[in-house]
Amino acid sequence: MDTFLFYLFSAIAVVGAICLVSFRNPVASALSMVLSFVGLAALFIGLNAFFVGIVQILVYAGAIMVLFIFIIMLLDLNSEEKVAFKSGTLAAGIILPLLLIVQVLGVVQDGPDDDAFDEITPATLEKSAESFVRLDQAGEPLPEKDQSAIYRSLTHPKTPKLPDTNLLGRTIFQSFNFPLQIMGVLLLVATIGVVVLSKRTTKKANS
Amino acid sequence: MDIPFLIATAIKIGVFLGVTLTFVSVCVIFERRFSAIIQDRVGPNRTMIPLSILGFKKDVALPIGGLTQPMADGLKFILKEDFTPDYVRKFFFWLAPCMTMVPALVTMAVVPFGSPMEIGGQIIPMAVADLNVGPLFIFAIASLSVYGITLAGWSSNSKYPFFGGVRSCAQMISYEIALGLSIVPILMFFETLNLGHIIEYQVNNGWLLLPLWGEGLSFHRVLLMIPLGISFFIFTTSIFAETNRMPFDLPECETELVGGYHTEYSSMKFALFFLGEYAAMIIGSALIVTLFFGGWSIGFGLDNLLPIGAWWVSLLHIGVFLTKVTLFCLFFILVRWTIPRFRYDQLMNLGWIVFFEAALINVIIMALMLAYPYQPVASGIGAVLLIIATVVLIKIAKSVLQKPNALGSV
Repeated sequence: MDTFLFYLFSAIAVVGAICLVSFRNPVASALSMVLSFVGLAALFIGLNAFFVGIVQILVYAGAIMVLFIFIIMLLDLNSEEKVAFKSGTLAAGIILPLLLIVQVLGVVQDGPDDDAFDEITPATLEKSAESFVRLDQAGEPLPEKDQSAIYRSLTHPKTPKLPDTNLLGRTIFQSFNFPLQIMGVLLLVATIGVVVLSKRTTKKANS
Repeated sequence: MDIPFLIATAIKIGVFLGVTLTFVSVCVIFERRFSAIIQDRVGPNRTMIPLSILGFKKDVALPIGGLTQPMADGLKFILKEDFTPDYVRKFFFWLAPCMTMVPALVTMAVVPFGSPMEIGGQIIPMAVADLNVGPLFIFAIASLSVYGITLAGWSSNSKYPFFGGVRSCAQMISYEIALGLSIVPILMFFETLNLGHIIEYQVNNGWLLLPLWGEGLSFHRVLLMIPLGISFFIFTTSIFAETNRMPFDLPECETELVGGYHTEYSSMKFALFFLGEYAAMIIGSALIVTLFFGGWSIGFGLDNLLPIGAWWVSLLHIGVFLTKVTLFCLFFILVRWTIPRFRYDQLMNLGWIVFFEAALINVIIMALMLAYPYQPVASGIGAVLLIIATVVLIKIAKSVLQKPNALGSV
């Protein structure tokens, strides 16, 4: 079942990507990109990375592509449909993905084997909770309400869940806090750049 | 992937889809009757089964006071001529109604309708998919419904629908930001994104906005009502904007845009937009109820007296949940028929200048309050900085709001 779903959503992602480059209508291209993103998000969810998958839809399909379509519609880019492919761009478009495929094959060859991962069941979740338990000074586990959210989610009496969002947040904010701050500054620079550029055009329009 | 799980899921999908669609049609009749009460009219109250057209002497009136009206409405939509103008972009014209309706229904998948049922030793959660990213899933899928409206406007290949589509596109993107930020303090409080766990917490410790039992009676919770109340206000208002309901229904504003994005649509295709809008309203109400008012819980600690897991308890909780959602739908309807429509620049200012910044400040207020017991000094300094930043932001916002826009009203 899982394998079937993997192939189904991979096919959706690939078909979306192929449609993206082959359609002449810009709106159709943008929509096939949305399709591709949705397939990709489903693949993430299939790997139990719910948060990453949902953010993929929320940010890329739900916000960025909407802006793309918004702009395509406002500018009414009909002239794009008549532009013929140049042989140079076509060659680059074939060679670069081929290189990428070679790299992917290389990664797949020495990737981790399946046996290294446990299937997610209440028992395995309970077992993994041991590394997140908070102890008091006597070495006994603290009461339920003083435990971390990760531990509480893993050992929930009725519906234990893999707290992938909490784990991701923990990794980002504890192990990679400094790179995160740097990225924040980078985005801030980009935002300020946009404001400066758009301010300049407004002034020109006024004068 | 075991067979009982698949069967249970299939049943749940069928039942919840049925409940939601029935609810949509009931909402339509609620809207008509309620607006009639507000405007001192009667409203549709005696729709009959028209046996007279078959040769019988009398029409049959069922004693359910106008609840037959949705059936008649549905029949009317199906029987109308489905007219597709010549100049539209056919494929997208057909795609658009589906892309409005489907996301609205899919979001229903993560909402827990009732307490988990225990059948044959297996615990079955009363949500189709008991995901760990519940609210985010709803936002993500709901954000896809903007394509439906935008595509409808664009593919109609006609000016007024296009304006409607572009307006709704801009509006929904703008308010998604406020919506997403306003929910952050709530998630910080619950420490989980699983809607089932969120409701369970509220069952034991008081609803988020009604902390009257369990741990909810502490001073800490009362203080936390400040950021949570702000969250509730921003969230509810943004839901109005997201669902294109009055007072934010600029995409289909009749006085300016004829009918908005669905001007060129007729028959069942129009009905799908109509249903999609109501389905979005219902999912909005369901989300508000789940996050702020305890979802399916009866409240006041009464739930723990019941044997949770028994089938009748689950059904009772489903009933409680649907009652709460109905109340919120009535609130939506009340607002629609009370408050006049905003101007477009007012809408954008409210979204970008007021709500966006208020939600951002609110996140920091919540963070400081949660951090205070552990790091009193640092959060005190943070509070001072926050007050300064807030004052500066209000000053800036005021100057922006007063300045006449260079580009006119848009």
